[in-house]
Amino acid sequence: MAVGIISYGAYIPLHRMSREVFYNAWGGAKMGGERSVCNFDEDSVTMAMESAVDCLGGIDRNKIDGLFFATTTQPYLEKLTASLLATAIDLREDIRTLDITDTLRAGTSAVATAADIVKAGSAKSILVAAGEHRMAAPAGDFEMAMGDGGVSLLIGDENVIATIEGSYHISDEFAGVWRAEGEEFIRTWEDRMVLDKGYSEVLLKAIKGCLQKYNLQAGDFAKFVYDSPLESRRHPQMAKSLKLTEEQVQNPLFSTMGNCGSAHAMMMLADALEEAKPGDKILWASYGNGADVFILQVTPEIEKLGPRRGVKKHLESKRMLENYDRYLRWRKLVPLERARRGEQSPVSISTQHRDIKISLALYGVKCKACGAPQFSQGGSYGYFTPLRVCVDCQTYDQMEPYRFSDKSGKLTTYTEDRLADSNDPPTTVTVIDWEDGGRGIFDMTDRGGVELSVGMELEMTFRKLFTDRGVHNYFWKTRPVRC
Amino acid sequence: MVESIKDRVAIVGMGCTQFGELWDKSRVDLIVEAAKEAYEDAGIEQKDIQAGWYSNYYDTTGLTGMGLAGPLRMDYLPITRVENACASASDTLRNATYAVAAGIYDRVLVLGAEKIKDQGLSGLAVRNLDMGGLMFSMTMPGMFSMMATKYFNHYNISPEDGKRMLAYVSWKSHKNGVDSPKAHFRKEVSMEQIIKAPIIAWPLGLFDCCGVSDGAAAAIIVPAKDAKKYRDDPVYIKALQMSVAPADGTTTTKYDFLHVESTRRAGAKAFEEAGITNPREEIDMAELHDCFSITEAVTMEDLLFSKEGNVKEDIESGFFDRDGGLSVQPDGGLKCFGHPIGATGLRMVYEIYKQCQGKADKRQLKDPKLGLTHNLGGQPPHCTIFVGVFGT
Repeated sequence: MAVGIISYGAYIPLHRMSREVFYNAWGGAKMGGERSVCNFDEDSVTMAMESAVDCLGGIDRNKIDGLFFATTTQPYLEKLTASLLATAIDLREDIRTLDITDTLRAGTSAVATAADIVKAGSAKSILVAAGEHRMAAPAGDFEMAMGDGGVSLLIGDENVIATIEGSYHISDEFAGVWRAEGEEFIRTWEDRMVLDKGYSEVLLKAIKGCLQKYNLQAGDFAKFVYDSPLESRRHPQMAKSLKLTEEQVQNPLFSTMGNCGSAHAMMMLADALEEAKPGDKILWASYGNGADVFILQVTPEIEKLGPRRGVKKHLESKRMLENYDRYLRWRKLVPLERARRGEQSPVSISTQHRDIKISLALYGVKCKACGAPQFSQGGSYGYFTPLRVCVDCQTYDQMEPYRFSDKSGKLTTYTEDRLADSNDPPTTVTVIDWEDGGRGIFDMTDRGGVELSVGMELEMTFRKLFTDRGVHNYFWKTRPVRC
Repeated sequence: MVESIKDRVAIVGMGCTQFGELWDKSRVDLIVEAAKEAYEDAGIEQKDIQAGWYSNYYDTTGLTGMGLAGPLRMDYLPITRVENACASASDTLRNATYAVAAGIYDRVLVLGAEKIKDQGLSGLAVRNLDMGGLMFSMTMPGMFSMMATKYFNHYNISPEDGKRMLAYVSWKSHKNGVDSPKAHFRKEVSMEQIIKAPIIAWPLGLFDCCGVSDGAAAAIIVPAKDAKKYRDDPVYIKALQMSVAPADGTTTTKYDFLHVESTRRAGAKAFEEAGITNPREEIDMAELHDCFSITEAVTMEDLLFSKEGNVKEDIESGFFDRDGGLSVQPDGGLKCFGHPIGATGLRMVYEIYKQCQGKADKRQLKDPKLGLTHNLGGQPPHCTIFVGVFGT
C-alpha cells in the first residue's frame, strides 16, 4: 500500500507587480521579474481555500479524513484555522484538523506528518492546504522577492499519482530569518551568512544525506524540486553544487510570482506534477531551520487526473498592478482617512456560529416540495437565517441542505458603487443566478478592468471581509470566471 | 377588500417644517414646529388631541411614544411609534386613520420627524443586524442603480439615451422645487449639468440621487362627518394601501429588477379602494418616492401611469411635468426636499393637501381633485410600499 500524493491544486492571486514598480517607488537594488500580490480581501486562509477547491475537483469531500493548514501567516495565535478551512471546504466533522505553523517548512512538514499518519493506518487521506501572505516592511528587498499564494496536496493511499518512497529530515537551530510575536514584518541576520551558512549549506547537506540514505544518485531523478531563499542566485548555485542538468532543475518561480514562504516548495511541486510523466523520480526539498527532503515516484495514475487550474493556468491569468500606492493600501501598510460612512456593525459570534455552514460553505437549502434551491438572503441589507419557508411555494420545513459555493452562475444585474467605502473602488455588487437555480447578491472581487454585462458567467470565491475585535470574518464573493 | 377607507376620515390640519441641513435645529424643534403649524391650521389646541401616532427611524428606538409625547409635553395620551423604514410616516397615517375610522378617537395627531444630519455621515447609516454583518457592501444608490442597469439592458436603451431619460426626471423635479419655499434644494439644474455630474453608482449621478435632510411633518385627522366643523376645505382619505414583500427579490430568480412588485400590488389595491379605473386619466397629481431617478421612472409603470417599457417616452414628452397630463412631484419631491425618513410620507400628503385647497402658490395646479402618494421602504428587490389616494 503505497502512500503519496492523490491530487494537487494551486492558487496564485490575479494581481502581479513588476519589481520595477518597487524600484521606482524606493530606488535601491534592481530585481527583475514580477511577484504575485493578493487582493485586500485575500489572506493565507482564502488562498489555501482556493487551492483546496482546485485540488478536490471531482473528489468526494466526504472521504477525506483530515485537514492540515500550513503557513507562517496564520490569522490566529490561539484558535484553530484548519477547522475553519474544513468547514469552508465542507469536510466531515469526524476528521483530524491541525495547523502547522511558525516554520518555512510548514508545508513539507505537514505533508510528512500526513503521510506518516496514513502510513500508520490512522487515516485514508489528509488534505494539506498551505497559504502564505508574508509581510515585508516597505523599501527593502523582501517585499520584491516575496509572492503570495496557496497550494494543496491530498495525501493518501489510493489512486496515488506520486508515491513517497522515502524522506530525510534535518533540524538546524539558526535565527537567520525570524518574526517575533507581535511583529508584522520578518527580520533577517546579515544576508551572506543567512544564505551561505543557512540555506546553501544545510539544504545541500540534507539533499546529499537523503541520496546517501537511499543509495541514489542525482542522475536517477527526472526533477529536483527545491525551494529558493528570498534571493535569486543561491537556487542555481545549488544546482551547480549537485551537478544537475538544466532539465533536472524545477523552475523556482522567482521571476513569475516570487517566493511564497512555507507554501513555496509545495507550489513548485504542483508545477512539476503538471508536467510529470509516469516513472519520473522527483527529489523534493524545502529549507527552513533545517530541511525536509522527499523521494517521490510518479505513477500511471497521474494520467487519469482531471483538469485543474494548477500553477500554470493561474500564472497565465494575471493583471498587473501598476500602482505602488494600491499595494500599500491592500496590505494595510499606511493609515488611511476613514470614509464618512456608517460604522461596520460588530459581529455576533453566536449568530455566526449558528449559521456557520451558511457563511463559510455557502449553504442554502432546496425545497423538497417544489425543488427550488434558495440561498438564505433577503431583507433590506441582506440577512442570513436558515430558511424554513420556501420562497417560491411557501411550504414549511421541507428543506434539505444545498451547497452553492461550487456553483457558477450568470450575472443578472450589478452596480458599480462609488459612494461605498472600499479598498478597491468602485465597489462592484452583483446579483448572481446560479446554474441550477437560486439567486444571491454578493460583492464582486478581482474584477479589475473586466467590462461587466448582464448574462456573463460568474463563479464564487472565498474571501475575508473584515476583522472585528480580532475576529476574522470570511465570506463568499463573486468574480468573473478566472481561467 | 372587506371594507374601503374611502371618505371615512378627513385631514383638517397639516404642518411641515423647512427641510434641509438644519444644523441649528434639533429633532425637538422640528416636532414642535410641525405640530404647531398643524394645530393652527386646524384651529385646535393640543388639549383637543386624544391620541398620537409618531414615526421616526433613527433616534427613538426604546424611547416609546415619548419620542413624541416628550417634546410636546402631551397630557398622558396613548401614543404609538411606528417604524417601517422609509415608508414610516405613511404607515403611521394608515394606522391612525384606522383608529379614527373605527370610531375610537375624534381628533388624532399624526407626526413624523427625522434628524439625520447629526450623524456626521454622507448618505444614510446602515445597520446590519444578522450574521454579524457578513454582507455586500453597497450603498442605497448602488442598490437602486441595479434596476437601471437591468432596465437599460432589457429595453436595449443605450447608456446615453438612458442617462437622458433619467436626467429628465431630475430636471423636472428641480424645476418644480424652485417654487417650494420649504424645500432643501431650490435651484434649477440644466440637463447638461445632470448628465455630466459625477457618477455615484452608474448610471446614477449626483443629481439622480435625492438629498439627505432633516425635517418633520404633521396632520390632524378627524372622522369625515366632523370635518366641516373644522374647515370648509378638508381633504379626504380615499385609499391607504400597503404591500410588504416577503424579502424575496434576491432569493428567487422570478424577480426581474425591472419593476417593484410591492408597488404594483399596493397600487392596484389603492385604485380599487378609491374607485379609480384609469389612474393615468383620473389622478391629477402624484408625489412619488423619487429617492433616485430610476425609482420614479419604474414607479410610473408600476402605477399604470405609463405602459410597461414606455415610461421613457412619457417622461421625455413632458407628460409628468407640472403643466403636463399628470403632474408628478409638483413640489420637487424627495429630489428637492431630501428624505428625512420618518417625515417624508407626510410631506407628500402635505403637498396634495395644499394643492387641493388651492394654497400651493406658484406651484398651484389647475383645480386638482385627486392626488396620490407613493412611499417606499427598503430597496427594489423587496420592500414595503405604501400607496395612498387623497382628494376633495
